[in-house]
Amino acid sequence: MWQQLYDELKDKGFMVVAVAEESRGADHARPWIEQAKSSYWQLIDTEHRLSDLYNLVNVPQAIWIDEKGRIARPPETAGSTDHFRRMDLKTRTMSPEDQAERLAARQAYLDAVRNWVRTGRHAMAADTARASLPRVTPEIAEARARFRLGVWLRRHGRAAEGDRQMAEASRLYPESWSMWRQAADLDEVGKASGPEFWARVRALGDKPYYPPPKV
Amino acid sequence: MTIVLTPTAEHDVVARDGLWMSAAEAETVTGWTLKPEGMCRAEACVPMPASALAAGAVDVEAFWRKLGGPVVGSDAGDVWALGAPADERNAVLEGLQAPDFTLPDVDGVPRTLSQLRGRKVFLATWASW
Repeated sequence: MWQQLYDELKDKGFMVVAVAEESRGADHARPWIEQAKSSYWQLIDTEHRLSDLYNLVNVPQAIWIDEKGRIARPPETAGSTDHFRRMDLKTRTMSPEDQAERLAARQAYLDAVRNWVRTGRHAMAADTARASLPRVTPEIAEARARFRLGVWLRRHGRAAEGDRQMAEASRLYPESWSMWRQAADLDEVGKASGPEFWARVRALGDKPYYPPPKV
Repeated sequence: MTIVLTPTAEHDVVARDGLWMSAAEAETVTGWTLKPEGMCRAEACVPMPASALAAGAVDVEAFWRKLGGPVVGSDAGDVWALGAPADERNAVLEGLQAPDFTLPDVDGVPRTLSQLRGRKVFLATWASW
């Protein structure tokens, strides 16, 4: 997904780290990784540890990290948009206008990454970055622990109990699409984008599924 | 045996009545050491109530809750998860130093974010689902 960006910028002191939030494990992610033919890091995160550390709620989200290991931009949607919500579900197609807008938004985001790597532009001032961080609450912290326990129980053949822990995690942190969709996927491949998913998306109303990055 | 999951590890310990375990195992699981002042890590000590201590043993559930971290257990009490306290996560993120982590690549080779110091890093998530 990011190979072209990486190829363009790898000589400018740039690296891409792609992390698969994938509780089914490496073998489940492998076909996508092999198809991507990527030469940047492709890491497997079965426990969604990165989401815990950076308080992520969906995929794809990206964090920009500078040469000193400092957060230049906190977690943001990485190139995806909400146009899919207007897609014709029968034919799984978007209008040409939506398709064009979607590609333009993605292009603008990738251009911002290029700009940052080449010139340092778009890095946030420390106070802006701090103010943009999603705050972890005790409910979120408990949701992460329950999700972790749920993944473990699932992996050890205790599906019903694992599901219960993961459902409780989603109740505590309904904003996390990753927790809900991962639990649905562990229950059955495909369920994460099935009718229940679309019902949840519709229930968002005017709220975004992919909040646009403020680049 | 009781299994205790922390944000980065999985431990097998001998525990009873929930998460009562030896001070040595409590240290392995939590990274905090039992001392006369309480449970200590580097310069910090958290005083422990008498109800959470008994002859060389520590109630790790009580200690973890005192730290402000969530503790959740399986129905049978054989598997527990200790979550990172919300305040700790927020303090780290507000420092703006990117939290370090080690994760395996698709072939199982461990990779650590801080190995990339000196380069700009675009750290992005994805999933098959």
